[in-house]
Amino acid sequence: MTKRRVYVDNAATTPVHPQVMKEMLPYFTQYYGNPSSIHSFGRQAKHAMDKARERVAAALGAATDEVFFTGSGTEADNWAVKGVAFANKGRGNHIITTKIEHHALLHTCQYLEKHGFEVTYLDVDEYGRISLKQLNEAIKDSTILISIMFANNEIGTIQPVGEIARIAKEKGIYFHTDAVQAMGNVKIDVKEIGVDLLSISAHKIMGPKGIGVLYIRKGIRIDNLVHGGAQERRRRSGTENVAAVVGMGKAAQLAAENLEQHTKRMTSLRDRLIDGIIERIPHVKLNGHPTERLANNVNFSFEFVEGEALLLSLDMAGIAASSGSACTSGSLDPSHVLLAIGLSHETAHGSLRMTLGEANTEEDIDYILEQLPPIANRLRELSPLFKQCEGGKVSV
Amino acid sequence: MYNETVMEHFTNPRNVGEIEDADGVGEVGSPQCGDIMKIFLRIEDNIIKDIKFKTFGCASAIASSSIMTEMVKGKTIEEALSLTNRDVVDALGGLPAPKVHCSVLAEEAIRAAIEDYRKKSEGTRNSG
Ligand SMILES: Cc1ncc(COP(=O)(O)O)c(C=O)c1O
Ligand SMILES: [Zn+2]
Repeated sequence: MTKRRVYVDNAATTPVHPQVMKEMLPYFTQYYGNPSSIHSFGRQAKHAMDKARERVAAALGAATDEVFFTGSGTEADNWAVKGVAFANKGRGNHIITTKIEHHALLHTCQYLEKHGFEVTYLDVDEYGRISLKQLNEAIKDSTILISIMFANNEIGTIQPVGEIARIAKEKGIYFHTDAVQAMGNVKIDVKEIGVDLLSISAHKIMGPKGIGVLYIRKGIRIDNLVHGGAQERRRRSGTENVAAVVGMGKAAQLAAENLEQHTKRMTSLRDRLIDGIIERIPHVKLNGHPTERLANNVNFSFEFVEGEALLLSLDMAGIAASSGSACTSGSLDPSHVLLAIGLSHETAHGSLRMTLGEANTEEDIDYILEQLPPIANRLRELSPLFKQCEGGKVSV
Repeated sequence: MYNETVMEHFTNPRNVGEIEDADGVGEVGSPQCGDIMKIFLRIEDNIIKDIKFKTFGCASAIASSSIMTEMVKGKTIEEALSLTNRDVVDALGGLPAPKVHCSVLAEEAIRAAIEDYRKKSEGTRNSG
């Protein structure tokens, strides 16, 4: 019997959707022209780029000339923040973000701090939500940019981006949001939200890796990040990865089209997993917001055990997940997100993230629910922090 | 990521548990990553007759605890004290570089347990 394999690490990356793959393939060997060339080969490639741009624009509620392809979600984040910072430094040098952003944003802000910019990192509450009051209080005359993620990649908490956009607009400050995890899991309409810049990445929505998009509202003052030829209407240079752009277009289209059905199914699987864990395993804590959370995100802390040991044990059972434990970070620090929501180092150490995807079924969830309790139990029996009392009751 | 020896010790750790009225107990924690290791010793005639451990930590920490207990069981206190983190990592056939710090606890834990034993036995000598 072959071992069951369950992939629940879709926030890390997703498989490429067969329809996306199918549309990409001809652009490697058949339509390989450079979109900047004026001959028929180039025009074919250019046409594919235009179509992909239209699809992304439609998926986001943007105009086509507000969509710019980048080499990744990370690049889109870098461009938004550095580009706005450098283009607007005559107006001010202050940026507001949060403590729970992806490193693509945090490290960019830290870099800017070394170059004369001042950054406020907003706290979040125990569920990972920012306070609009604190945001208002953080705004100064020198504030030029607010960058707050749409939804968090670790704990799945969704921020009130519409309200943030309103505050930013009132004060005449640009608002960027990292929607890399939100895309495909939450409805995104840039005009409805009123956001100025928004990042997405294809590989989180069943598209290829190494391709992202930065939505830049018309009229935004932003410098280029990548200098060179005149691609992307002189905004982002480098010969376009046409196949990946085609993949991004199709993936964005599918994500928007299937949104309702996808989130409905993910929510039901997610809640089955959350309820099942709470029912079967004592001393667990759900990290993130109980309701304002991504439809596919499950994040628990298992007291008295360490996350990497959990991950490896699950991996041996064919289950692929992730953790915010210090021992998995390579940097010796537990996840900055888990610390920001107030977890102790020990509790953060025992975190397990399972992010669901299109391929998951109820049987997968039941398999996890069958495998996880004995694994947690075995590791707890190894743990000096945990004591099993005679009556089978657990105490610390 | 981990070799077979490490995975084997992680899945089937040796000498897990506690010793009641142990002659020496050592508990150490890594301020860096948060792993915690606790060692219990039974010592007779300067020989480690029995050893048990409990570890809150990653596979590297658990496997290091397990193999360390095997390495010092039946040895004299002096032999056990000469054990280094390097010996533990070598016995495991190597660890990925970022995981070596999780194994340092094994050396520290056995030292702490022996120190505790020496303190305790001094105490009995003084009072006896
Ligand atoms: C919230 C968030 N932002 C940015 C990124 C980076 O995207 P990419 O992997 O395309 O560089 C990720 C992916 O890990 C993410 O989860
Ligand atoms: Zn460790």
